[in-house]
Amino acid sequence: MLGTFASVRQGIVKSGEAKATAERDDASLIARILAGEKELFHELIRPYERMVYMTVFAIVRNETDAEDCAQDAMVNAYRHLSKFRGDSRFKTWLTTIALNEGRQRLRRLKRSKEDSLDEPVQGDEQEIAPAPLTDWREIPSEALERKELREALRTAVAELPGIYRQIFTLRDLDELNVAETAAALGVNENIVKVRLHRARMMLQKRLAPLLKTTAPARKGFWGRMPWS
Amino acid sequence: MELNCKHVWAHISEYIDDTVPAELRADIERHLEHCEICSAILDSTRNILVLTADDRTFELPVGFSERLHERLTRELADEANAPTMK
Repeated sequence: MLGTFASVRQGIVKSGEAKATAERDDASLIARILAGEKELFHELIRPYERMVYMTVFAIVRNETDAEDCAQDAMVNAYRHLSKFRGDSRFKTWLTTIALNEGRQRLRRLKRSKEDSLDEPVQGDEQEIAPAPLTDWREIPSEALERKELREALRTAVAELPGIYRQIFTLRDLDELNVAETAAALGVNENIVKVRLHRARMMLQKRLAPLLKTTAPARKGFWGRMPWS
Repeated sequence: MELNCKHVWAHISEYIDDTVPAELRADIERHLEHCEICSAILDSTRNILVLTADDRTFELPVGFSERLHERLTRELADEANAPTMK
């Protein structure tokens, strides 16, 4: 069931407590795995399967490679588990492994040259204006259940430029915070905030017309467009 | 401070994440009270994030988890790869 935006975000905020528990559990599970209870690795990674898949998918952009790559990332995490020092969350450490695995896979595939995240990207300073919406009214939650909206969002995210797609995926899909996203990508926090904003505005601009058509228009509700 | 629409757009993402300073947040909210255009932009952006957070939008391939754990089972069976406490 689709929750409201408020409940979704509240869930993220409320997860602070759960996060502390998860961290403690992760640390104790890791200690037990390293002490020989290696079967517990299945349990350790279960909450992160989706995150690892989405992270590598944002890089390689096809299901088959993403699945192989996600498996390789998990195997690598197992083999190198003793190198996890606990100075970051296990989730962040695993994200870094997934990103590296994704980038290596992309290089091997030689499908495209990935933009360096450290390089200034042309247009990073340019403003992206969101799409103005005329005849907008709040979308009833049932309308958001439409399958084609989800399909359109998947396509729009897949077609974001790489640097924006990765940051959007880590922040809004994998739910890493700004500091964790910055650490995983090796960029500063301001870059994360700027690029996340741009990614969201690009998606808004692209999807707004489709979102709008889900709601009945209110004639005469809107006045002039201030930017026109 | 009186904000114009462009100022509000520049802070929509941080506003959604609740990371704007209190004073700016109050200014944005004052603007949103009378600007239906910015309210619509905010609302549509939020809807996109709600859709993104919906597990059905970005789904794992069918059988992904089973195949992953099968591979891990094979990996774990190989003692040579076992991680150890250093």
